[in-house]
Amino acid sequence: MELCELTAHELGKMLRNKEITVPQIVESVYKSIELKDNDIKAYISLQKEEALKEAAEMQKRFDAGEDLPPLAGIPITIKDNICTKGIKTTCASKMLQDFVPPYDATVIEKLKAQGAIIVGKSNLDEFAMGGSTENSAFMKTRNPHNLECVPGGSSGGSAASVAANETILALGSDTGGSIRQPASLCGVVGLKPTYGTVSRFGLVAFASSLDQIGPITKDVEDAAILFNAICGHDEHDATSVSMEHPDYTKALEKGISGLKIGLPKEFFGEGINSEVKEIVLKKVEELKAKGATVEEFSIPSIDYALSIYYILASAEASSNLSRYDGVKYGYRTESADGLNELYEKTRSEGFGPEVKRRIMLGTYVLSSGYYDAYYKKALKARTLIRQEFDKAFTKYDVIIGPTSPTTAFKIGEKSENPLEMYLSDVCTVPVNIAGIPAISVPIGTDSKNLPVGMQIIGKAFDEMTILKVAYNV
Amino acid sequence: MVETKDIEYVAKLAKLKLNDSDKEKLIPQMADIINFANRISELNTEGIEETNHILNMSNVFREDEVKTSYKRDDILMNAPQKEAGCIIVPGVNN
Repeated sequence: MELCELTAHELGKMLRNKEITVPQIVESVYKSIELKDNDIKAYISLQKEEALKEAAEMQKRFDAGEDLPPLAGIPITIKDNICTKGIKTTCASKMLQDFVPPYDATVIEKLKAQGAIIVGKSNLDEFAMGGSTENSAFMKTRNPHNLECVPGGSSGGSAASVAANETILALGSDTGGSIRQPASLCGVVGLKPTYGTVSRFGLVAFASSLDQIGPITKDVEDAAILFNAICGHDEHDATSVSMEHPDYTKALEKGISGLKIGLPKEFFGEGINSEVKEIVLKKVEELKAKGATVEEFSIPSIDYALSIYYILASAEASSNLSRYDGVKYGYRTESADGLNELYEKTRSEGFGPEVKRRIMLGTYVLSSGYYDAYYKKALKARTLIRQEFDKAFTKYDVIIGPTSPTTAFKIGEKSENPLEMYLSDVCTVPVNIAGIPAISVPIGTDSKNLPVGMQIIGKAFDEMTILKVAYNV
Repeated sequence: MVETKDIEYVAKLAKLKLNDSDKEKLIPQMADIINFANRISELNTEGIEETNHILNMSNVFREDEVKTSYKRDDILMNAPQKEAGCIIVPGVNN
């Protein structure tokens, strides 16, 4: 077995037992990348030289007998919409193709403080807008389980790199499912934390009231370890919550006797592939056999969640992306007659079709005459979804359903029909609207041998419970 | 429901320049999406408060004190056109 195939917690133990060295791990990861990434195309940029240098430094500290944090010497891949000082951060957009951040995102500072080693930056749908990673301005990432299929998105590069053992850990970002859906389609674990638990400082903004950074890993234990490392209050993010975080690895104990599981019938209705449904329900039966109680119920407003999501997310995106004007940083058009033309030409040449579509949609729902009917109405409908989840969590400890309505689909299958692509977020967006945490865990494969993921949703700030249930799956 | 003139108006607000083939594609796509989004009109939201984000916090302030910021050269490093510590842009009324 190659070292790149192992988890962070396994490697951490071996490092501390002096069975392996940090440079050996890093070499193994890059060897795997050199072997596979021509096909998979998970990475936008790599930094092998830097990583090997850091690996040697970190090994010296292990050799000196230092007591190092859990992620010391562990390679990690970063979605390319998270700012890394001195390393290009492109958002898979022509608009930022040469952008080198002058600062680190808070999550990157935290990872560096632990001694984690950045392998490279991973591909995504442009500005994280999409569910297949086909909207990248640079390349299409492929699913390691079947190269003709998409890896999901928008954190498709991160999920594919973990699934293909082209890294050990990865960070993604999730606005409407962008961590969980690719994790599901690639057969790995993806955690979307409660809104406000992980600092968004240095995450290139898409929809600020929904965005959250989280782990994509090979198993639940690694997700807990990585979440431990990145959570916590940050004065640079006004929506960052000041609270005591438990040690999330304490959630990793066997036994779920007495656990109350709610199954919303909306997650098992029309539009959900029957094979996916069957595999999830079979897994739920197993949880029942382990002592959990299971009850079907209804969250009626979930049926409206996608509509609400595409109004709110696009509205926020249209505002957030107004900063790309060709003036301060990023792409600028070759020549422009006057400032207004500079803006228009820069934006029209720099953004891809999906980003333009969302900016148009967002501008439309915010424009006078439509603001009340769409944007304001969606904010109120958001309250309804929150209330229905709140009510559900008075009865259930977790809510379970599929992560994605289908397994990985073919490259090109949905890219011509934006609305159909949006429907693949149907199970994940309600969670972002309510701001609550959810984790996707791989639970098997369908008849085409493609991974199926199960989504476990918890109440706000109760990552402990969903990690525990995920660990028992 | 969505017409060429709507698309042109919104594009102007969004500072996007669309060519004819862009518009031709966008009109049915936007119509589809807006039609789908419009489903929320079925919901009764009478007397319901708006949710901007899920946290019960607003107006997060810090002490108003001077702190070290970034170096000017670092911040200007990514500017497409600059001179003498300033960003250059074309005139407003060229």
